[in-house]
Amino acid sequence: MTEQTDIRPRQSWQRVTVAVPYLWLFIFFLAPFAIILKISVADPVLAQPPFTPSFGESGDLQITADNFAFLLTDKLYAITYLRSVVMAFMATVLCLALGFPIAYGITRASATTRNVLLLLVVLPFWISFLLRVYAWMGLLNTHGVINNFLLWLGVIDQPISMMYTDFAIYVGLVYSYLPFMILPLYATLERMDLDLVDAAQDLGATSTKAFWDITWPLARPGVIAGCLLVFIPATGEYVIPYLLGGPESLLIGRVLFDEFFVNRDWPLASAVAVVLLFLVVVPIVLLQRNLARDAEQAT
Amino acid sequence: MKRNSRFIISTLAFGYAFLYIPLLSVVVYSFNDSRLATVWGGFSTRWYGELLKNEQIVNSLMLSLKIAITVATLSTLFGTMAGMALARFGRFRGRNLFVAMVMSPMVMPEVITGLSLLLLFVSLQQLTGWPSHRGFSTITIAHTTFALAYVAVIVQSRLSAMNESLEEAAMDLGGHPFRVMIDITLPLIVPAMVAGWLLAFTLSLDDLVIASFVSGPGGSTLPMFIFSKVKLGVTPDINALATLIMLFVTVGVLIAWTIGRRMQKTASQ
Repeated sequence: MTEQTDIRPRQSWQRVTVAVPYLWLFIFFLAPFAIILKISVADPVLAQPPFTPSFGESGDLQITADNFAFLLTDKLYAITYLRSVVMAFMATVLCLALGFPIAYGITRASATTRNVLLLLVVLPFWISFLLRVYAWMGLLNTHGVINNFLLWLGVIDQPISMMYTDFAIYVGLVYSYLPFMILPLYATLERMDLDLVDAAQDLGATSTKAFWDITWPLARPGVIAGCLLVFIPATGEYVIPYLLGGPESLLIGRVLFDEFFVNRDWPLASAVAVVLLFLVVVPIVLLQRNLARDAEQAT
Repeated sequence: MKRNSRFIISTLAFGYAFLYIPLLSVVVYSFNDSRLATVWGGFSTRWYGELLKNEQIVNSLMLSLKIAITVATLSTLFGTMAGMALARFGRFRGRNLFVAMVMSPMVMPEVITGLSLLLLFVSLQQLTGWPSHRGFSTITIAHTTFALAYVAVIVQSRLSAMNESLEEAAMDLGGHPFRVMIDITLPLIVPAMVAGWLLAFTLSLDDLVIASFVSGPGGSTLPMFIFSKVKLGVTPDINALATLIMLFVTVGVLIAWTIGRRMQKTASQ
């Protein structure tokens, strides 16, 4: 990294302004990863804390790759990682399919309607995440609101089992993360010149062609940001699969939690976290580039 | 400008129904007299009365509020500093790492953040004896770490959207940079700081996973209490609690929204 000289003089109060949050994040965000890494190469022991130190009594290095070898060779873990990534990806696609028309519709509404519609997207985001997932438990239950309603309508004569299935997890994921998709999409679409689409259509393009040739390419930064904001946290999601998913639908967030709290295998839980981190580090870097570029364009 | 097509309007209708029907059903069922959460047994407000009698709820709510207020204040302080550094200080050594550390906590899967912080606290306790027990202080530190990132981004984007001419003019007129920051920059970003405080407060009040990792015996926050109950299924008293929280949040957001719009209007006049 080359140091660029700054024209502005660096003053002591500026140094403090940078140093305080810098140190805080360094100690409480970056340093813990080093500890996870350290424990992931230790052996579990029955002690407090339940792992072997990195250095033996004679100062020799005692580390092991057993935990990672176990994760890579045990089929169950590979399947769980794969399932987590696939489900997060599918949920992202569903959020995009539903979120794009909504964001687009909000952009095209009149100014007053637009503000109200935006408020209505943001409002559930402020209401507890846990309670929003909980709300679906009451709807999806075998004797829940949806089944009762469909039975009453006469569409079905037996309740459908929706609760504790992958379907329920998808509903929970899309429901919880939809605002994270709509907001960045709206931010991009709002800046877009809608006259371009109208012009293309006036010149004879079908609305489908105008969408794929104009709207979609211009909306891409918002699409990327929205997809990453959904995909990354959804990969490690714990609450939604716990409350809505079935016992057989293991996802990696739950496995990590149980490995740590139920089996008390701290080294293995740390290794699970390290591998999960590797899975999401590429999308995280992409997101940072995207956000940084946005910030630079705004200035 | 062309109006929305029928497809767009029906997707909007579906989308908003999807967002709000679950919440409305919780509100309706909170007034259900029946102990069986899914069978309608007539209108009643008895579950609301039982909430106040439940000491566990009141205690965990108090702990959550104490943490949320502390977290919101600390992260507004640190986040504003970080946002200012990112938007106004140009390049400085280690800026790339700083940007990465500010942005990452927002998207990091919660299980990773939670586990890593718990392991940090355990190691610190071994080395220094602090923290002797986990609860208020450890949860506050953990929440501040991710909440300050949100505040930093809000403050930074507010500062980036404003041009620096006012600050530059003040400095050209001989103002000391520190005084310029206190007298000019800070008043301009107060709305962003208020928004950041509220967001940090909400995020802290809402967090379950990270708090579960870094908390110890006896340190049960409101989401931890709710989770331990809803694991077992839908219950009428949680419906009542959820309704009260939704009411509280909705009123708060509406007030903030109205004030925000009024400020925007006066600013544009």
